[in-house]
Formats: sequence, C-alpha cells, structure tokens
Amino acid sequence: MTQLPPLSAVKLGLVIDLDTCVGCHACVVSCKGWNTENYGAPLSDQDAYGANPSGTFLNRVHSYEVQPAEGHAQLVHFPKSCLHCEDAPCVTVCPTGASYKRVEDGIVLVNESDCIGCGLCAWACPYGAREMDVAEKVMKKCTLCVDRIYNDNLPEEDRVPACVRTCPAGARHFGDLGDPESDVSQLVAERGGFDLMPEQGTKPVNKYLPPRPRDRSEDVDILAPYLAPVTDQPKGFVGWLDKALSALPGGK
Amino acid sequence: MHPAPSVILFTTLSGLGFGLLFWLGLGMPGPTGVVAFVFFAIAYLLAVGGLLASTFHLGHPERALKAFSQWQTSWLSREAWASVAALVVMAVYGAGLVFLGTKWTALGLIGAVLSIGTVFTTSMIYAQLRTVPRWHHWTTPAVFLCLSLGGGALLAGQIRFALPLLALAGVAQAYTWITGDARLRSSGTTLASATGLQGGSIRAFEPPHTGTNYLLREFVYVVGRKHSRNLRVISLTLGFILPIVLLLLPFNHILAGVAVVSHLAGVLVARWLFFAEAEHVVGLYYGKRTT
Repeated sequence: MTQLPPLSAVKLGLVIDLDTCVGCHACVVSCKGWNTENYGAPLSDQDAYGANPSGTFLNRVHSYEVQPAEGHAQLVHFPKSCLHCEDAPCVTVCPTGASYKRVEDGIVLVNESDCIGCGLCAWACPYGAREMDVAEKVMKKCTLCVDRIYNDNLPEEDRVPACVRTCPAGARHFGDLGDPESDVSQLVAERGGFDLMPEQGTKPVNKYLPPRPRDRSEDVDILAPYLAPVTDQPKGFVGWLDKALSALPGGK
Repeated sequence: MHPAPSVILFTTLSGLGFGLLFWLGLGMPGPTGVVAFVFFAIAYLLAVGGLLASTFHLGHPERALKAFSQWQTSWLSREAWASVAALVVMAVYGAGLVFLGTKWTALGLIGAVLSIGTVFTTSMIYAQLRTVPRWHHWTTPAVFLCLSLGGGALLAGQIRFALPLLALAGVAQAYTWITGDARLRSSGTTLASATGLQGGSIRAFEPPHTGTNYLLREFVYVVGRKHSRNLRVISLTLGFILPIVLLLLPFNHILAGVAVVSHLAGVLVARWLFFAEAEHVVGLYYGKRTT
C-alpha cells in the first residue's frame, strides 16, 4: 500500500558526520557490493570499462567547498542516500503499491515485482535517492541493508548497514532515531544534527552532523626572524661582489 | 526534466482526444451515424494512441494493471481509473449515436466530465511534485485544461467556443512561462538548504561520479535561454495566434485543417518546453541551477 503507515515508534536511520567524512567512497563501494548480490535485482553497470561508464548506485558522495567571508575554504564530503523520510513523497505517488514504508521500523522499500518502472517516485524524491536500473527497469533504492540488520546468520557486529560497517573514519552511525535515548539520537542532539531540504516537508529520518568550525591561529613561523635581510647596503667582500655582479649585462 | 518523446506525445495527443470527447459528450456537435463514427474514431485514436504511447516509457508495461490499485494516494493511479472510465462511458454513448441513432444525454454528460477529469488527473501528476517548483503551481492544471478544452473545441468544430478558449489557453501558457522562470528561486530550496552547510558561499566542488547517471539523464536537462525564448514564440504563434486568425477567416475546411495541424504543432513545442525547462531540485546537489 502506498498510503503512509501511522508513525512508527521505531525510526531506523543513519546519522552522517560531515565533520569526519574523508570522502574515500568506501561506503559507496561496499553498498554496491552488498546490494548487487543480495536484496532484489542486481545494481547493473553499463559500459563499465568503456568510454562512457554509468551504473546504478544507492549511495553517492558529493564534495562541496564552503568559502567563508574570511579565511580558507573548507572542503566538505557529503554522502547521500535514501533518508527514509517520515512523510515520504516517493511512497504516496506510486500507482502500484510497489513503493512502501514499513510499519515496524520506518524503512522505505520497493517491492520490485510490483514496480512498473514509471519513474514517478524518483521524480517525487528531492534528494535523488532513487535510481532506475537500466538493465532490470525497476526502481532501486537504499534498503538500509534490511537483509543485514536483522540477519541472524551474520556475526552481531555485521548487523548494521554495509556503509556503516565499512566506514574507516567512523562518519556513519546507524540506530533508532525514534528513541530519544538511543546513541544516534544523543549524537544528533549533542552536535546539532539537521535535516536536508526541510522546506520540502519530507521529514527525513536520516540526520547530518555539521562540520565543526576550523581552529584559527596566528601565523607562527619560528624561522622567519632568522631569514630577514641583515642589510640593504652590503660592505666589504659582499659589497664588492654585489657591485661586480650588477655590472654584468642584465645585472641591474 | 528529460523531455521523453513518449510522454510528450501522450500528454499532447490524449489531451486533445479527451478534449474532443468532452465536447462530443456535451452533444456539441451531436451527429449520428457515420459522421458520429468519424468523430468518435478520431477522438479514440488520439486518446488511446496517447495512452499507448505513454506505456512505452514504462520499464514493465506488462504490470500496468497494478497501477489501478493505489487510487487513494496516487494521481497516476487516479489517471488510470479516470481514463478507462471516460473511454468506457463514451464508447457506450458513442455506440448509441453511431448504431442506434439515439442520444443518451445524461450518459454523454457523465462521459464529458470524466473526459475532462482525466486531463485534470494527468496535470495533477505534475502539479503535485514539490520537487519541480515550476510545475508545483495552479497554472499547471489550468494550462492543461485550457489546452484540452480549446483544442477539443477546435477539433469538434465549435468555433465560437474554440476562439475564446484558445485565446485563454495562449494567455495562460504565456503567464505560466513568465512566472515559471522565477519559481525555483522563490521555492526556498537552494544548495544551502540541500546540504545544510553554513558559514560561507557553497560550491559543488566535485561530483560523486566521473560519468553520467540516471539522475543527470532524467532530471538535469538544460535548455539554452535563447532557444527557449525562440521556442516560446514559435509555440504561441503556431498553437494559438495562427489557429485563431484562420478561424476568424471565412470558414473553409482546408483552413480549419491547417488550424488543427498548426495548433497541434504549437502544443507539441509547448509540451517539449514544459518538460525540458522544468528544474528538478536534485540538480542543486550537482551544482546546477544555482544562478
């Protein structure tokens, strides 16, 4: 059903720390690796080794430059995947009921055998979180690794989304954002986590933590005093050398 | 947005076809026998042809029947219901006129409402999308309805309705273009709100991928401003001004035929612009549409 379910108490989602992300794209690779061979149709590539490669990804990392009025520009790496919105416009526009939000944990999923590939859900998503797979012609999106997080066959430490498990910087956190006492909720409260495009009214579950302000300090250079010129008017041997070199063609 | 030929053809042809069915349902004109058959055949070719064209952009057209299930929330599903209801009711009404020579007035009225209702549901598929500020506005259904009613009246030979409706459609279209250009800016969605980054001016430094992808192909289509201006003039001239001039001349079937063809060409250009010029906010993440 594409009617949104009543708000669930459990809101599983991600918290992404823009201060910590180093832009290595490991989450992109591990996401593609896990999701191409597990839930649903594989994530196909077209012309992967050719001149114009293109493919389906559920998670992508942008990089932005923030230039303050004064001082150096700051580079921010910005991973983006489905935000599992509370008021998900991609769910309500779906004509077939393929797109749905789970009652029990709020994960937004696509039932691929019902998807007619009309693409309207991707049109309705402001974040570009959904991509139509060119080979399978069905809509693909982040599943929050629903096939990992409840998977008893995996060791307990692996029961988190692949992107979170792989992040070498610890920039990605997974948990229940519906529980104010959870680690992720505490982190959001502590660091001033925010929503993307709040004006679109989607009420995203995933939160982003802002980059911390950079330290500012006076320029300190302990060698500079020793390198300052000692005189403008050299005398003795140095004075003679200066004059002799200046007399050469092009010396002045 | 990517201007997919199948969707442009579908919305243009079926808009015209359902517009003609609307006037036929009102009994304007109210022919019977062979003449009625020709009118209904044209209307059904346009409306059904358009619907068939629209299935070409589906990834899995064989599952299209499932699209009837979610009418409670989805405008696309409502469109499916409205179009089938309109086509069925108008087929019964048309059969009465063609084969029995009888006019079931009430049935025709119901068919007329369903026909124009189908055009409204189509327009709402676009107007509901907050992600495309240019479409998320009352002018989207207004233009779709004016075009369908005006074009339908033109095909139905209802000159005295076609003239004011085509003029109204032209004005509505021009108003939509002029006000639409500022709508992304006034929507409040910017690169700053998209990224939540603060403390300076933000620039997309590096895209996530070196090649292209579905998002860029589908949502980040850019039309040059100069081309856009020229195409708008062409569309207004062919779609509205020329047909109105031709209708004002002494009536002649050839001139009326030229008016229909000219109107169709103008609406096709307008519909191409409708998609090609629409800015999806996801383009902001890629540093597009920032000026």
